[in-house]
Amino acid sequence: MTTLTKQQQDPAARVRRPKAAKPDRKSFIHRSGDLKVALFFIFPAMIGFVAFYLVPTIRGVYLSFTEYSILGDPTWIGIKNYTAMLGDELFWNAMAVTVQYVGLNIGFQTVIALGLALLMHRVAKSTFIRGALLLPFLVANVIVALLWFWMLDYQLGIVNEIISWMGLPRIAFFGSEQWAIPTIAAVNVWRHMGYTALLIFAGLQSIPNHVYEVASLDGSSPTRTFWSITMPLLRPVMVLVLVVTVIGSFQVFDTVAVTTAGGPINASRVIQMYIYQKAFGESDFGYASALSVILFVILALVAFVQMKFLKGNESDLD
Amino acid sequence: MKKSIGAIAAAAAIAVSLSACGGSAPASTEAKGEINYWLWDANQLPAYQQCATDFTKANPDIKVKITQRGWDDYWTTLTNGFVAGTAPDVFTDHLAKYPEFASKKQLLSLDDAVKNDKLDLNIYNKGLADLWVAEDGKRYGLPKDWDTVAMFYNKKLITDAGYTEEQLKNLDWNPSDGGSYEKAIAHLTVDKNGKRGDESGFDKNKVAVYGLGLEDGSAGMGQTQWSFLTATTGWTHTDKNPWGKEFKYDDPKFQETIAWWAGLVEKGYMPKLETTVGTEIQDSFGAGKAAINTSGSWMIGQYTSYKGVETGIAPTPKGPNGKRASMFNGLADSIWAGTKNPAASVKWVEYLASAKCQDVVASKGVVFPAITTSSEKAAEAFKAKGTDVSAFTTHVKDGTTFLFPIADKAAKVEGIMKPAMDAVLSGKKPASSLTEANNQVNALFK
Repeated sequence: MTTLTKQQQDPAARVRRPKAAKPDRKSFIHRSGDLKVALFFIFPAMIGFVAFYLVPTIRGVYLSFTEYSILGDPTWIGIKNYTAMLGDELFWNAMAVTVQYVGLNIGFQTVIALGLALLMHRVAKSTFIRGALLLPFLVANVIVALLWFWMLDYQLGIVNEIISWMGLPRIAFFGSEQWAIPTIAAVNVWRHMGYTALLIFAGLQSIPNHVYEVASLDGSSPTRTFWSITMPLLRPVMVLVLVVTVIGSFQVFDTVAVTTAGGPINASRVIQMYIYQKAFGESDFGYASALSVILFVILALVAFVQMKFLKGNESDLD
Repeated sequence: MKKSIGAIAAAAAIAVSLSACGGSAPASTEAKGEINYWLWDANQLPAYQQCATDFTKANPDIKVKITQRGWDDYWTTLTNGFVAGTAPDVFTDHLAKYPEFASKKQLLSLDDAVKNDKLDLNIYNKGLADLWVAEDGKRYGLPKDWDTVAMFYNKKLITDAGYTEEQLKNLDWNPSDGGSYEKAIAHLTVDKNGKRGDESGFDKNKVAVYGLGLEDGSAGMGQTQWSFLTATTGWTHTDKNPWGKEFKYDDPKFQETIAWWAGLVEKGYMPKLETTVGTEIQDSFGAGKAAINTSGSWMIGQYTSYKGVETGIAPTPKGPNGKRASMFNGLADSIWAGTKNPAASVKWVEYLASAKCQDVVASKGVVFPAITTSSEKAAEAFKAKGTDVSAFTTHVKDGTTFLFPIADKAAKVEGIMKPAMDAVLSGKKPASSLTEANNQVNALFK
């Protein structure tokens, strides 16, 4: 263990690796036969990438510098959309609400999913139970949202019926400013925890058993084993899971759209909802594009920071 | 015969003008083929299906395909259709939406059709046809129906409270103490212990039945929530209507009314805003949780359909000016500028706007058609079903309607006013905070 960690911390070892991997010119020409074959296989995916990602992205960036109502032609207005954003209280509010949502959603989801994954790994070995954990994820987002919307309804929802039957005051889960975002976050934790657990579970299975055997021979307690062996060895998977779920979490939209639609007041107007409202509600596609560009930059930064500081592309198992 | 020649001529003129402005669609000048028609109200689908069948019988060359889409998806699908070229030839249009469509050149002007086919616009209820003349002076729709606002009440809850229906039909209101309107609302509110809202010991935190139901924060129009009150104070939404350029949410008369309205929540006579997310206002009424709901005539069918609830309808209260008031909203059928079949579309719109079709709609007793004689027939059809709708028609009869505020940028105005009104209604901000919202709204027009 100690030697592994040492090698990890040796900066020289890391710097050398990419250099060696870089192909020189000769071998590139030599392999041009492979390149043709490779291009052939990449081509179909490439069409999709260009048509559905690259072109819309470039067009979106262009539109962010225009005033565009979809009917009619875009008018170039320079960086006006971006300067307007600085003074737009609703934009800053949307960012704050989104960050609050991501914090709650990712925090609870990751901890619960990790717990579930450990249980799947150690206790619940039946395929049935493992499959059942995935069930919420198999239901469409909108259906899950509506289902909970009705169960948590203030007046007629079953949850509030139970609460009121226990003699407690009813809770406006989706209707009150304090509850809206935590409720939406909880609904999505419920839907995604099984799937996230499955990803972590796959990571757990890749940890070789002999490491645990050695640990138990050395008399390590289960808690110690978890923090000193499981967690460090699970890190690459956890980083991947975090990057994917955080990006997904920032893009929360459908759950909000079919339940609170951004309200009450501005309490659940997450950034995607605000973009949708600007574009499709108010036909302000230029401003909505500018908002999207900013969201894109933020997500890229978040992913970069996560990869950089959590060293997601390296494993302690090397 | 004369009429159809006129229609063809009109269509030809339209086709020419279309291709003149670089129209990409090869527009057919002959009135035949299939046309697509959209509407959002499922309750009206059977009536219009009947119209379409009759229309095809009279014009065997034209088939009409009707698609019904719910209000929530209707407008985005329509806008996307405009861009993608898949929009319907003819669609039910709304006053809050058509100004933008018209200014973006998505609608076909109907002036030539009116002129060439000598359509008489005086057959419609007063003012309805004029609503569809846009800022550019062109006509973009022919009236199909109208609506006003009234109070739906639960007959049993009213009688239990010792009120007669006659009393309920003669309420008055003012913004300072709410008049007999507030007195009725207070008395109709009952808490869990059976104490009424105007009795001592009333627990406003444990209300079993609210005097007045609440739909939502209402945003900037307040059509069914407060517009029938503000109008009696002399307040109007905009400096002029249609095509106002300045909103008046900073007017003390307006803010006073809103403060009174929001005060009902504080007093426990109206549900809190947060409790209205989810269950629809009419369903709470159906469940006996509210004694009075203010709503529009398009909801008559819904309100009278609840089992075990006997519903009555009373006109809105008289205000400080001694009169009642109701917003007068009118729908129309418009033609998409990109239609490949303008001639047939014009014919269909003319048919929809004719007494032939509107009498059919009237006979179903679901809405009030735009044509005066047809809407009288509708009132009879409602009566035959056992519903007295005079609370709605009285506004038209007495001339106490005011027109739905038509302005550009309606969606943006709503985008600003919705959170602003929510904040006032939930008690987070005073009604005077609407002055700031008003500044934002008016900045849109500068």
